[in-house]
Amino acid sequence: MFTEEEQKEITVELGKYPRKDAAGLEILKIVQKHRGWISDESLSEVARLIGQTSDEMDSVATCYNHIFRKPVGKHVIFVCDGMACWIKGYENILEYLSRRLGITMGQTSADGRWTLLPSSCLGVCEKAPVMIVDDDLYVELDTAKIDEILNRYK
Amino acid sequence: MEKPLTKNIKPDGGALSLSEYEKRGGYEGLRKALKMPPKEIQRIVTEANLLGRGGAGFPTGKKWDFVPMGEDVRKPKYLAVNADEMEPGSFKDRVLMEGDPNLVVEGAIISAYAVEAETAYIFIRWGYKLSTERMGKAIAEAYKKGYLGRNIMGSPYSLDMFIHTSAGRYMCGEESSLINALEGRRGVPRPKPPHSVTCGVWGRPTVVDNVETVANVPGIVTNGPEWFRKLSLTEEGGTKIYGASGKVKRPGWWELPMGTTIGEVIEDYAGGMSEGLKLKGLLPGGASTSFLTDKHLDVKMDFASMAKTGSGLGTGTITILDDKTCPVGLVDNLEKFFARSSCGWCTPCREGLPWVSKIMNAMEFGQGQEGDIELLEEHTFLLETGHTFCALAPCAMNPLRSALQYYRDDFRRHISEHRCPWK
Repeated sequence: MFTEEEQKEITVELGKYPRKDAAGLEILKIVQKHRGWISDESLSEVARLIGQTSDEMDSVATCYNHIFRKPVGKHVIFVCDGMACWIKGYENILEYLSRRLGITMGQTSADGRWTLLPSSCLGVCEKAPVMIVDDDLYVELDTAKIDEILNRYK
Repeated sequence: MEKPLTKNIKPDGGALSLSEYEKRGGYEGLRKALKMPPKEIQRIVTEANLLGRGGAGFPTGKKWDFVPMGEDVRKPKYLAVNADEMEPGSFKDRVLMEGDPNLVVEGAIISAYAVEAETAYIFIRWGYKLSTERMGKAIAEAYKKGYLGRNIMGSPYSLDMFIHTSAGRYMCGEESSLINALEGRRGVPRPKPPHSVTCGVWGRPTVVDNVETVANVPGIVTNGPEWFRKLSLTEEGGTKIYGASGKVKRPGWWELPMGTTIGEVIEDYAGGMSEGLKLKGLLPGGASTSFLTDKHLDVKMDFASMAKTGSGLGTGTITILDDKTCPVGLVDNLEKFFARSSCGWCTPCREGLPWVSKIMNAMEFGQGQEGDIELLEEHTFLLETGHTFCALAPCAMNPLRSALQYYRDDFRRHISEHRCPWK
């Protein structure tokens, strides 16, 4: 069952397109925002709403990098591994993050607080290296900055 | 020097409100456009020689001219503004959407009017949160002022505009994949023909134009095609947003006359190489363009001149390779990206790119073998244009082929020394 809040946001998205199925991906994003990830149950619920089979919906969901079909931590960190960030040594940033959080790329910390994921070029190359935490962009990273950033997220 | 695209961007990157934008002449272009027949706008944009800024450089007016016009065509028609800026090394569209969203919206409205589209979608990549927020605000304000919606500025023309933010997939930057994604499908390319200008979103005529392309349109309508052509140093009209990233003194972006040379961008604007480093090479316009070297610094950065070098203008945002950064490592980074981005539809791309990526990675980490260079070279043929369904794999071969040409000795040393000489 969609919550009232989810339903409200879904109605706005459906209004953008002449066909229901076009809003599928955007609805998945709404549901993910509220529930953290897309479980099989959530997937089927959205599929039914837009008139697709669960398999059709899953083929869409798995095509895109930012739909999570597995549970993720409370905060998701996307480390940019684009070429400008590579040139500017993003690997040091990743190594430091891994050490601080005790996880490697693709893992979620045991306390469920953090998930670490790679991102292709985030389009902020002039301020490399960069990363996104949840919805926030951080630029010109160094290890001192990372300590400060991580402390902001409880 | 006139800077029609970036003149409104505040020094801190902030955007003008709609009323401030209007005070500076904003929406004069739309006012003028609505008094002209759509075909006339197509004509002046063709005369201005505005070439598509997404990277391919196709003449915008000519593209619009392919769209079926008049009362009898199947409706609605669509405009999709391609803001899925995911080409590694590129950030110019973000600068425009964050810095002057009203200009992008006005440009999109005039472009939609020029092809008589009833609905416009702004397709913004997932990662561009601030762009999405500011574009959303600019669209909402435009509706309030009657620049969008029914009977725009009292004219018979009506247009709706929506933002679609997608969920991250490089392929969606290609126009037929973008259309599939808009329809809620997997973002994979479609066979062509039919082309989207006649058969796009839900089978209706659809024009897909880049952000920087549509941002040029208000100026052309307001000031005329002659003015636009004079902005440029070459035959190709307008200014261009160039950029530089990598180890230069001042990485950033600059709006300059089309045809500014590579050397000028790097030396005069990016401030030259960082202390103690030398230029080893550069990718002029994203991961899909071929490497160039210090022998190319005098080349003018427009589509025609760049094509002559065997590379391309691409997005015009340069990535700099310095002499203390390993070219093999950089190509390894790129091929990993392309392998990850393959949609898996056609065999050469699905199988070939991971193979290339594996060889590159092995080489970078000292596990390269005799024959690897030849094997990579074979792939630059196997994955060439014509052997794959779309341009993704051929684009992935551009940096590889050129790196094998310019940095062959560095590839050889990785194999013979069983290590990366830069580590």
